[in-house]
Amino acid sequence: MSTAALSLPDHRSNSFARTLRIFLTEARFEFVRLLRTRAFSLAVIGFPVIFYVFFGLIMNRGEHIGSVSVAKYMLAGYAVFGMVGAALFGIGGGLASELSTGWLELKRASPMPPLAYLIAKCCSAAAFGLVIVSLLTLLGITVAHVSITLSEYTRMMALTLVGTIPFACLGMVVALFVPFNATPGVINMIYLPMSFCGGLWLPIMLLPHMLQKFALLLPTYHLSQLVLDCFGYASAGTALSHWLGLLGFTVVMLGLAGVAYRRLQQNS
Amino acid sequence: MRAVLDPIQATPSTASSAAVASLSHITKRYGNGVLALDDLSLNLRRGEIVALLGPNGAGKSTAVKLLMGLSAPTSGAVRIFDADPRNAATRLRTGVMLQVGKAPEMLRVREHINIFRGYYPDPMPYQDLVRAAGLEGIESRMFGQLSGGQKQRALFAIALAGDPDLIFLDEPTVGLDIEARRGMWAEIRALAARGKTVLLTTHYLEEADALAHRIVVINKGRVICEGTPAEVKSLGAASTGANTSRTLKIIRCVTDLPATTLLALPGVTNAELAMGLTIISSTQPERTLRELLTLDQKLHSLEVTSPALEDAFLALINN
Repeated sequence: MSTAALSLPDHRSNSFARTLRIFLTEARFEFVRLLRTRAFSLAVIGFPVIFYVFFGLIMNRGEHIGSVSVAKYMLAGYAVFGMVGAALFGIGGGLASELSTGWLELKRASPMPPLAYLIAKCCSAAAFGLVIVSLLTLLGITVAHVSITLSEYTRMMALTLVGTIPFACLGMVVALFVPFNATPGVINMIYLPMSFCGGLWLPIMLLPHMLQKFALLLPTYHLSQLVLDCFGYASAGTALSHWLGLLGFTVVMLGLAGVAYRRLQQNS
Repeated sequence: MRAVLDPIQATPSTASSAAVASLSHITKRYGNGVLALDDLSLNLRRGEIVALLGPNGAGKSTAVKLLMGLSAPTSGAVRIFDADPRNAATRLRTGVMLQVGKAPEMLRVREHINIFRGYYPDPMPYQDLVRAAGLEGIESRMFGQLSGGQKQRALFAIALAGDPDLIFLDEPTVGLDIEARRGMWAEIRALAARGKTVLLTTHYLEEADALAHRIVVINKGRVICEGTPAEVKSLGAASTGANTSRTLKIIRCVTDLPATTLLALPGVTNAELAMGLTIISSTQPERTLRELLTLDQKLHSLEVTSPALEDAFLALINN
């Protein structure tokens, strides 16, 4: 008894180290898996880059409206477009497939902490977000001579990490509600309109008044305003209101995911 | 095909018969009202291989899911190593092979195995796993590039990754060729010999016959019979009407004798004609044969076999 009691702290720290290692391994291989899945990595990195090259760089290179550099303004929109795509397809697509094949069940039956699975997916999507945003920034700086300070870049990176969460939750909800073979379609049906209406492709003030009102409900709008705010380009609302918008959306998504998960459990 | 391999003779010692896992009086009703298990009880003891047999929808997978702590019973108790199967500590001692449509395809076999090894404090050495599952030479392949049989073997390695004391195998040899199947059987026997407990669900009755110490036949969520393969066969025979079932033999031959004559022979319990072949069940095969051969001098293509598990199984399910 006494030896067991004595060895407990050591055992605890061992199991903590092991748990940490499980989280890291899970995240590392989820990232590797996504990277090797060309259908995912090429599309998710390629689309925002191509869009930004066309609409931000070729069409609006060096243009200024007042003191606003158009290429820099567009950078915020396409950066958000990129991170949202990585989060929706990374989590939604992966989870839907692993749910339908029974792989998730095998993982759940193993001693893997369930949180390790979700966090690995979230972190991998965020890592893709960081890559995409960095690529776009690099293009902006080299091709369109956009000037970005280190602090602006750092704030964008931080927003990418945090901004992945609400969209990861949305991806999870889609995966839990929609049958696997319909997932990519449904994600696109949400992703593309949400990007347009949130002002990621065209500045929000160019959209019809009614759409501008509707945008208040969209997490893409709030996240893009926060990124624009890094550059001093935010058009409406306070930073706090945008944070609350993202938080509210996340809470609703988590609630829906909870309902969907319980429904799945009852039928399994 | 059948009865090529000697069934395991040694049954696990009764001294260590404390239940490793148990389902007691389990009822499981799904959200949609389907009653999957109906007062089912099942005990697994240390070092034994138990085969869970039953037609589709009998409740096999539900029973396995409950034992793995993937779902909760409507009523009744599930215990694994005297603990709740949903405890993380319990999961460290169990390994599972499920029928998985596909594992993440863009990870290598080696990576999959090592990810799972990482979940356990004391995993099985990597090389041992590769050897046990016969994965030499394909360790660097992406899971998506594997053939059906190779996938099954990789999943088998994943199930054994933590060197677990209790192993659930759901249709483990689906898609394996004969050689690979024999190889996996040998590994499963070796596990039991090391004191591991194996619960196997299978459609291959031959597999249950060759591998299991004990067979549990379930249908419509209830245990309909339980025993060694020999006992289950004889129970199946009993339910076809033969009472001195241990001596029941199946006699196949080509004969012109009508069924009425055959049924009048001593020991005959059943006689039927299928594709020119007469199939006779007899509880006194020697006496039946002696008379049969005297009555029909032109009888040919004679074959005498013990009833297969398949026959017993079908008889049990149909009753």
